[in-house]
Amino acid sequence: MFVEYFYYLKEILPSVSITEYMTLLQALNKGLIHNMMDFYYISRSILCKNEHHYDLYDIAFANFFKDASIKLTDDINQEIWKWLQKNTEVLNFPFSIREFQNVNLEELERRFEQLLKEQNERHDYGNKWIGTQGQSQFGNSGLNTMGIKVAGGVGLRRAVIIAQKRIFKDYRKDIIIGTRQIKVALKRLRKLGDIGKPNELNLDKTIDLTAKNGGDIDLFFEKRKKNNVKLILLMDVGGTMDPYIHQVNLLFSAANHMSHWKDFKYYYFHNCIYDKLYKNAARTPQRAIDFDDFLRKYKNSYRIIIVGDQCMHRSELKNPRGAIYDGATNKKPGIYYIEEIAQHFKNNVVWLNPEPNTVEWMSWTRLVISKIIPTYPFTIEGVEKAMDYLRTNGKNSYTTVQQLKGVPLAFY
Amino acid sequence: MSNASFNQFKGNVNTERVQYIADPQLRNIVNVSIALERPLLVKGEPGTGKTLLSHAIAEALGKRLIIWNIKSTTEAIDGCYMYDTVQRLNDSRFGSDDRNVNNIKDYITLGPLGDAFVSEEQVVLLIDEIDKADIEFPNDLLQELDVMEFYIKETKEFIKAKTRPIVIITSNNEKELPDAFLRRCVFHWIEFPSKEFMAEICNLHYPNLKKNLLDQCLKHFYWLRTITKIRKMPSTSELLDWIGVLLKSGISIDELMKGIPFLGVLIKKEKDLEAVLAKAQFPT
Repeated sequence: MFVEYFYYLKEILPSVSITEYMTLLQALNKGLIHNMMDFYYISRSILCKNEHHYDLYDIAFANFFKDASIKLTDDINQEIWKWLQKNTEVLNFPFSIREFQNVNLEELERRFEQLLKEQNERHDYGNKWIGTQGQSQFGNSGLNTMGIKVAGGVGLRRAVIIAQKRIFKDYRKDIIIGTRQIKVALKRLRKLGDIGKPNELNLDKTIDLTAKNGGDIDLFFEKRKKNNVKLILLMDVGGTMDPYIHQVNLLFSAANHMSHWKDFKYYYFHNCIYDKLYKNAARTPQRAIDFDDFLRKYKNSYRIIIVGDQCMHRSELKNPRGAIYDGATNKKPGIYYIEEIAQHFKNNVVWLNPEPNTVEWMSWTRLVISKIIPTYPFTIEGVEKAMDYLRTNGKNSYTTVQQLKGVPLAFY
Repeated sequence: MSNASFNQFKGNVNTERVQYIADPQLRNIVNVSIALERPLLVKGEPGTGKTLLSHAIAEALGKRLIIWNIKSTTEAIDGCYMYDTVQRLNDSRFGSDDRNVNNIKDYITLGPLGDAFVSEEQVVLLIDEIDKADIEFPNDLLQELDVMEFYIKETKEFIKAKTRPIVIITSNNEKELPDAFLRRCVFHWIEFPSKEFMAEICNLHYPNLKKNLLDQCLKHFYWLRTITKIRKMPSTSELLDWIGVLLKSGISIDELMKGIPFLGVLIKKEKDLEAVLAKAQFPT
C-alpha cells in the first residue's frame, strides 16, 4: 500500500521523488511513526516541501485513505507487517540505500513488535484524548460507530478528517509555483557596473602593486559590482492571450520579485502596440502613457521584453485605425510602432511568443513581427536564449530577424 | 539507532534564557529530522518563532548553538572558511608575534559551518533566513550538508564533521528554494497558533498573568487579525511584547475592555493603523 500511496501522491504532487519516498521508508523503519496521525504529519513533512502544496497533500491524503478506511480499521497492523515483509525483499536490490542493507528480518520483526506494543499504549491514551477533547470538533460521523478497537482505525479517521478540513487552502498560490525556473533564466541578463565606494579588495592587483612597490604593501580597492540592467516588460493581455495568462503572470512575478534589476517597469497592450501603453491590465486610458512619451522617457539603455502571441488580424498591423479594441484611434498602422520600438531600442529588445512553434506557426502577422524584432518561444530555453541575446546586445545570435531576411512578404 | 537517541526534544523549554513551547506536530517533526539526520527546514509567518525554535532545541538538548545568519551577499564558502589574505600580506611586511606567515593555516578562519563540523560534541546549527541569499546559494551547500564535509583549497585539507550537527534552516519565502535542496530536507510550516495554544504560550512567558486579562488581550489580538486590510499582521512576538507593555503600565482590565491601548506595539505600519482605526468602534 505504501508504494501505491507514493504513486498516488506523485500523481498529484509531481515534486515528490524517490528520495523522499526512501526517507519516508527510513522514518517507518526507524520506528518514528506510531499511528496514523504521526503518519499524516511526518509523511507531509517528508513528501511535501512547500506550504502551497499542503492543500494538494490534504486532498490526496483524504482521497487515498477515504476508501481504505474500512479495510484498514481491522488490519492496519497487518498492512504494515505486509509492507515490511515486502520491503525486506527490496532491500536486496543493489541500488537500495545504505541504511537498508544492514537491516535483517529478525531486527525488523522485533521492531515491529515493539511498534505494536507502543501503538497499543498510545491507542488507549488516544481514545481518552479524543474523549476529553470532545468529539464535536471532529463531528460525530463515524467516530463512535467505528469502534475503537484498533488504534490505526481511529487515528486514520482523525488524520483523514484533518486532511479533509483542508485548512491550508489559503496557502495555495498556484501563481508562485514555478517562478524559480524563470528567475534562474532571467538571471542570465546581467551587466555589471560599479556602485558605491571602493571597498572591495582586488587581490591580484594588490599583489601586483605590492611587488612593484618593493614589497611595501599597496592595497587596491575597487567598487562593488552590481547589475546595471534596466528592464521593461511589455505584455499583451486579453483575447487570444487568455490561455497564456498563467505563463505571463509567472514571468511578471518572477521579474518583479527579483532584486536583480537596477530598474524594472512594465506596461500592457492588446494585440499590437499602438499610440498608448497601459499601466494596468484592464488598460484604463487614465493610466496610460503616450507612445512618444514612452520613447522619450526610456532611453535605449533600457532592455525590453515583449510578450505576446503576435496573432491578430492583418488590418490590426497594417492599417491606420486598425486597433479594433482600442477605439481605432491610431493614425498610424501597428507596424509603425513595432518598427519604432525596434529602431529606438536597437539590439535591446526581444519578443517572447507563448504560442507553440508548430509548422503552421508562420501566421502572417507573426512572420512580419519576428522579421523586425527577434522572437523567441516562451519556454525556459527560449527565455534563456532571449536573455543571452539581450546581454550580448545581439552579438553572436542568429535570430528570427536574420532567419527571415529576404523572405518576401506580400505586405511589403 | 537506539530508542534513547530520538524523541529527545520534548517541545517545552522554560529556562532563564529561553521560553518556548512547540505544538506536538512540530515537536514530532523535530525529532524525526534528528533521527533521520536530515536538515529541518522551517517556514511560517514572521514572528511565529522560527529562529527561536533552534534556541529551544539547543537549550533542551544541552547542546551548543551555532548561528549562521544569511545576508544577501552571503556565499556558501563564507560558512565554511575564510582566508584572510590582507592580514597575511600585512604580516609578511610587518611581521607578527602570534602568527607564522609561512603557515597558511594561521590565516584560515572557520565559518559557522566549519565550526559546527570540527566541534567534538554535537551542536545545533541554525542557518537563518536562507532565502536572503542568492538564488543559487542553497545548491552550493548541497555537498556540505549531505556528506558533512568541505575542502579548504589553500591548505588542501578536508574538514569532515566529527559529529553530524542538528541542522535547522529557516526561510521567509522571499525566494523559492531549489528542488534538489528541498529533497534533502524535512519541511515544516509553522501554523499560526490557535487561541488555546496562544494562551499556553502567553502563560509560559508571563506565568502570573491573570486569566481575564489574558482573555481580553487575546480577544483584541485575534480581532485585529481578522482585519484583512492589515499588511503586516501582528504575530506572537508582538503579542508578547504588547502584554509586557500592558503589565508594566499597570493597566486595569476595565481600560482594556474599552479599547486597545498601546496599539503601536501591535501594529507597526501607518497604513495598517489607519485600517484598524477605520474598523474600530472604540477610542485607542
